[in-house]
Amino acid sequence: MPSPSRRVLPGFGLALGYTLVYLSLLVLLPLGGMVLKASQLGWGQILDIALGERSLAAFRVTFVSSLLAASINAFFGLITAWMLVRYSFPGKRFVDALVDLPFALPTAVAGITLATLYAGNGWLGSHLEPLGLKVAYTPLGIVVALTFVTLPFVVRTLQPVIEDIETEVEEAAASLGASRWQTFARVIFPAIGPALLTGFALAFARALGEFGSVIFIAGNLPLVSEIVPLLIISKLEQYDVLGATALAVMMLAISFVLLLTINLLQWWAANRYRNSEPLEVAAGKAQGVSA
Amino acid sequence: MSTDKLTRATQEPAWVRVALLTIGLGFLFFFLGLPLVAVFVEALAQGLPAYLEALKEPETRSAIWLTVVIALAVLPFNILFGVAAAWAIAKFDFKGKSLLITLIDLPFAVSPVVAGLIFILIFGAQGWMGPWLADHDVKIIFAVPGMIIATLFITFPFIARELIPLMQSQGKDEEEAAVSLGASGWQMFWRVTLPNIKWGLLYGVILSNARAMGEFGAVSVVSGHIRGETNTLPLHVEILYNEYNAIGAFAAASVLALLALVTLVAKTVVEWRMKAETDMLNAELPGEKTS
Repeated sequence: MPSPSRRVLPGFGLALGYTLVYLSLLVLLPLGGMVLKASQLGWGQILDIALGERSLAAFRVTFVSSLLAASINAFFGLITAWMLVRYSFPGKRFVDALVDLPFALPTAVAGITLATLYAGNGWLGSHLEPLGLKVAYTPLGIVVALTFVTLPFVVRTLQPVIEDIETEVEEAAASLGASRWQTFARVIFPAIGPALLTGFALAFARALGEFGSVIFIAGNLPLVSEIVPLLIISKLEQYDVLGATALAVMMLAISFVLLLTINLLQWWAANRYRNSEPLEVAAGKAQGVSA
Repeated sequence: MSTDKLTRATQEPAWVRVALLTIGLGFLFFFLGLPLVAVFVEALAQGLPAYLEALKEPETRSAIWLTVVIALAVLPFNILFGVAAAWAIAKFDFKGKSLLITLIDLPFAVSPVVAGLIFILIFGAQGWMGPWLADHDVKIIFAVPGMIIATLFITFPFIARELIPLMQSQGKDEEEAAVSLGASGWQMFWRVTLPNIKWGLLYGVILSNARAMGEFGAVSVVSGHIRGETNTLPLHVEILYNEYNAIGAFAAASVLALLALVTLVAKTVVEWRMKAETDMLNAELPGEKTS
């Protein structure tokens, strides 16, 4: 039943109808079609494909490197966000704007650049390889590429939350005798914990599906440095459409679980503190309207 | 003094601040600054003439052209969807709203490779519509229409994601006032809603445009990599790089990197404008607004 206030503004039916039709055609039907296609195989066979030696290795490489990249970003992202909110230093606005570079720079550009930097004769690789650290064309290269691509998530999720911490709370803790470290560990960290986890989950979700930046630096050796999206493509190129679809359905299921987790995390964060962040952090950050 | 003691208790000791700044800025330098500089250094490695020569290659030119065409083609769709979805979601209450928002977020969580695959399953030679399309001589996969559709899937959430929180925070009082004073739906939209959301809309356009021009994975799956025909600039970067044409690859990459820098600058300027307008509004009486 439409409430009176709903009737005052026009265009509800048109706007919602258009939205639903558009989403159905562009998202629901294609995704449904893929699940339907995979169901020709049956779930047993899908699992067989997904748990085959090569796919299992690809899933392991993808998961481990995504976890590592998200962890690196959680650690350095926390420091970066803290630094950008609390400290002042020359060029801060420039640095702040630069954090979004990975969202703006096409992944293929990031891929060839990182591969060149970390190759044996590159600026960084030539210093790392004498130390026994081979990055390009190894699984470590995948971690580097994923770290670059997902860098903004943790920083951009944390920044507004750190901005919102009332200094009074820290003063209260201090006046009750807490050391600075105790204040951080017991007051500040619990306050930003949910946001940190959300940023971590966003970075992890993005890293799992990433393709363009990784393939240039990974070496793409089956069983060693081959990621799932690449395996999907190589199955497609061998006209193994069903095999590719089976892997894609697995990836889709994982995406759904992660999306659900992220929504729950955001709901948790929003209900503890008044600021909630939309999923696309870069987008939400700029609003500042709710302040 | 007790305030001095409090300041000390609510701020990190100087050495901690210096250490955190060093770690944070060092991280950003190695992961963002260095790659950005490296793109241009590699592109200009053999001097400006060689760089300009590489950009004059007909295949590079046609790749630039196709990238622009695809970005322009998806823009009206994304604007229309973004405004319609945000209008329905922000201004009205209905059941299943949060499910709809999750659905709009979905492309952020789906791997670009999977996004490309779902359209192969529909429009590909062995896809649902494949035989029908072949009979009618319509080419979608391995052709520009498929690339536009895949780009639509990847980019449609950006504008909606930007407008939903903005329009929610603005409420519906102004539109209701316009309608109750006798404005038609279109008059209300053009004179009240659009001026209110113009910066948010522009912001969404900037973000979705950057993604549309830089998309690699999804477009790569459906493009077929036909030189001079279905090669966008990011795909062309890959081809040149795999041919060991470093100057050509980085010259093309530098165009995309410049685009990323323009995106960052435009985004920052719009953020300032939005913030300035919000501050101005907050300074006035609530509910009042200058045009």
